[in-house]
Amino acid sequence: MIISELQLITPELSLLVFALLVILLDLFIKQKKVLAGVSIAGLIVSAGFTLLMWGAPTVDIFYGMVAVDRFALFFKLLLLGAAGLVILASQDYVSKFERFQGEYYALVLLSTFGMMLMAAATDLISIYVALELSSISLYVLASFLKDQKSTEAGLKYLLVGAVASAVLLYGMALVFGLTGHTCLICIADVIQGLPIAGLLESPALLLGIILLIAGFGFKIACVPFQMWVPDVYEGAPTPITAYLSVASKAAGFAVVLRVFFVTFGAPVWLSLDWGMLFAVLSAITMTVGNVVAIVQTNIKRLFGYSSIAQAGYLMVGLATVGMAAGTDALGQSGLLFFLASYAVTNLGAFIAIIAISNRIDSDMIDDYAGMGKRAPLLALALTLCLVSLTGLPPTAGLIAKIYIFSGAIHHGLLWLVIIGVINSCISAYYYFRVVKVMWLEAPASEGKVPSSWALRTALFLCCLFVLLLGVVPGCFIGIAEAAARIFGS
Amino acid sequence: MDFGYLTAILFLPLAGIIVIALLPKPQARTIRLTALTFTLASFILSIAVFCLFDRSAGAIGQMQFEEKISWIPAINAFYHLGVDGLSLPMVILMTFLGFLAVLVSWKIELRPREYFIWLLLLETSILGVFCSLDLVLFFLFWELELIPMYFLISIWGSGRKEYAANKYLIYTLVGSAMMLAGILSIYFTTGSLGMMGLCGLSVASPVIPFAAMFFLLFIGFAIKLPMVPLHTWLPDAHTNAPTAVSVILAGALLKMGGYGMIRLCVSIFPEIALRYAPLLVALAVVGVLYGAAVTMRQRDLKRLIAYSSVSHMGYVLLGIFALSQISLTGAVLQMFSHGVITGLLFAMVGLVYDKAHERNLDNLGGLARRMPVITVVFTVAGLASLGLPGTCGFAAEFITFVGCFSSTAVGGIQIYTLLGVLGIVLTAGYILWMLQKVFYGSPLEKYDGVPDADNIEKVCIFSFVAVIMLIGVYPAILTDVIKMGIMPIVKLIGL
Repeated sequence: MIISELQLITPELSLLVFALLVILLDLFIKQKKVLAGVSIAGLIVSAGFTLLMWGAPTVDIFYGMVAVDRFALFFKLLLLGAAGLVILASQDYVSKFERFQGEYYALVLLSTFGMMLMAAATDLISIYVALELSSISLYVLASFLKDQKSTEAGLKYLLVGAVASAVLLYGMALVFGLTGHTCLICIADVIQGLPIAGLLESPALLLGIILLIAGFGFKIACVPFQMWVPDVYEGAPTPITAYLSVASKAAGFAVVLRVFFVTFGAPVWLSLDWGMLFAVLSAITMTVGNVVAIVQTNIKRLFGYSSIAQAGYLMVGLATVGMAAGTDALGQSGLLFFLASYAVTNLGAFIAIIAISNRIDSDMIDDYAGMGKRAPLLALALTLCLVSLTGLPPTAGLIAKIYIFSGAIHHGLLWLVIIGVINSCISAYYYFRVVKVMWLEAPASEGKVPSSWALRTALFLCCLFVLLLGVVPGCFIGIAEAAARIFGS
Repeated sequence: MDFGYLTAILFLPLAGIIVIALLPKPQARTIRLTALTFTLASFILSIAVFCLFDRSAGAIGQMQFEEKISWIPAINAFYHLGVDGLSLPMVILMTFLGFLAVLVSWKIELRPREYFIWLLLLETSILGVFCSLDLVLFFLFWELELIPMYFLISIWGSGRKEYAANKYLIYTLVGSAMMLAGILSIYFTTGSLGMMGLCGLSVASPVIPFAAMFFLLFIGFAIKLPMVPLHTWLPDAHTNAPTAVSVILAGALLKMGGYGMIRLCVSIFPEIALRYAPLLVALAVVGVLYGAAVTMRQRDLKRLIAYSSVSHMGYVLLGIFALSQISLTGAVLQMFSHGVITGLLFAMVGLVYDKAHERNLDNLGGLARRMPVITVVFTVAGLASLGLPGTCGFAAEFITFVGCFSSTAVGGIQIYTLLGVLGIVLTAGYILWMLQKVFYGSPLEKYDGVPDADNIEKVCIFSFVAVIMLIGVYPAILTDVIKMGIMPIVKLIGL
């Protein structure tokens, strides 16, 4: 039985094997680029196994610890894609790590492995273990540059992350204490059977949910748990910032969606309660993220606050799931499509930033002046991604916002949508400031901006998907809808 | 129609963009000629559509040249294009102005390739707004014009160009944000995004009150029109934009607001439009008089013309919310006529600035001797703007005022109409004063060697004049078509 179930986690297993292979080969191979190739090969193999499983019926394995449903497969593909693009884009950056290049690739693969398990986990314990596995790898990766800022970033991430994990575990312990189970579906059954009709009537449940939101909120960079984001994004190596902003957030949202929708989704009163809670948090998150981003001068910090704001938009999807209380899957599919669009857009932006910042050795926005002349294609790619983040046509960002906001309106959250669209207008100011600096100002220094073919391929793929998702989103929305059927719901 | 005329008109400028982008190290001349070819092709196709348009009584209320393909099945969105009597004059206006804008930009030397790419993208997006019959497609094209406008104003503009571009971007974004909320609430009340099917909406349980939906949509259009007090982006954007962009901005972009009001606000919510018509008519008259009054105080020639746009679009708003057959026809004709006239006025300002390098009225004077052709054409444009009979300005304003005066939708509208007519007197004041200041009077020595319009410029401005005269003498060419689109809407209002 266990052996046959192992067949169903071949994506994760193959990725683990390749991660260990990279560590092993690192001992013998001098040319570290080979290790990058091995990592990419591992990601492709893993993605291949994932795609093969797409049509199979959903099933849970390992005594209900892990589920293999379309939801998990969607996230696995998203995370593998993100990791692949990050490794491709890192080629220009890894020369900054004097040693440990092999460990870099291995850690990225291990973190991806952890996140893939996070997206598939259906038990509180397995969620926690997978979360720790991915986070610990990321703590190390954040401090990889070994300069002052990077070490500070890594340490901050570790400390805040450790506290968040502790809070999360305490919340999980309370929920376990209340219901006697750790398997999400079993918890849902017990909660449905509780003789209460309001969240305030059960202090344990209330406290458990709040602590879970606190613990997960750290991962998805939701206010008021977002303080680590700007510092860690600024200090970490830029490919890792890109990876954090996309993959870690995606995995975080996968876990939150699964936990809240499956476990706490059944009693309608409970669903409406946490739906409204997420709605309010979403409004605050978007506003804080956008308003503070206006005054930023460092581009990585700007993108840190921008991802806080984008997490706010994503939480609109969570709020819709809550307010829908199981009637339809608009919130889920909106969230999934927005995550896919956000992933390609943010990765594209960061890849362009990697190339440009490498050349000018600075992360300050003012030093990006005149990039439109020096590196027109890179500047154009960055502009396209910034336009998509604002939510203007013909990019993926607009369709994603329309889709996620339409779900919200359908379930009575018009006020949230109005806050959301006003926030998009506010965000236009700082996104277009970067555009303005690149295209309107005279170059601060001269010379071309070199970039490896790997980086250019990754950037091209990102921009291609940004445009595809914006102009012909039909089939991608279909994929998001298919993946919205979560096991246990 | 088997041949997708509208898709061709829409995407010919886009094809032009691809060609220009792929040309290897082209000369400025090649780029200009390519842009000219594609915009001319688009214009010729739109004239073909105009000639092939079915004007028979049976075609009233029918969309013609329709094209419909499923686009995003998940939200029931279609790639749905079509024209009727309301949108066809706007399409022709845009393709005409697009072609002439390329001629006006003939002397651009700074980064011509990017300039013409953005200009062509702007043309595609405005044409898309006028042709689309699906709300999401409409919204997509509406937002698409923001990016080219931002870059065109901030790179090739003058004066406080970055400030003007930023202000335009954020102001318009807020309007379209409200419009998005309105569109989504319509979608969730009816389940459909097709504009034609939504006319005369009367569903039992709307997601939000119908009046809220009306005003969410209306704010976006009111910012675009612009309606006082939401007009403050216009003077900065117009004054600091390059000439061709001002031509398109004043000529076609403002009309998107008026078109949206008729097509979406009035057609989909006729009872709400009827209920709030008194308020909006009053705001229109305020706009006319306030705009005209502020115009008289301007010292910068371009800013003067910009403010006069605020005043003239007040007539459009007045005509729309008088909600009668004749007044709506007049409003649409005024949109077309104002587009051509103001396009010409901005082109002329651009010419004067190119030759004399001066825009301040206090420093200009006596140019009539030096540039006779420019003087005559500018005078014609000015006289058309104040509604001299024989020009399209008169036809449009006259029809609008007759329609408003005889409308039964708003009590006491006769008073509003008379106040609106007062605006014409003020217009005459500032136009004639401006002409006298710039052209007449004794010649100044500093303008001794100033050249007149050259051949390309002459072709451009005479085309404008030809259309002004043509529509002025025989407005039935357009009103026959406009009528066909307005009649079904008036039926919905039910007066």
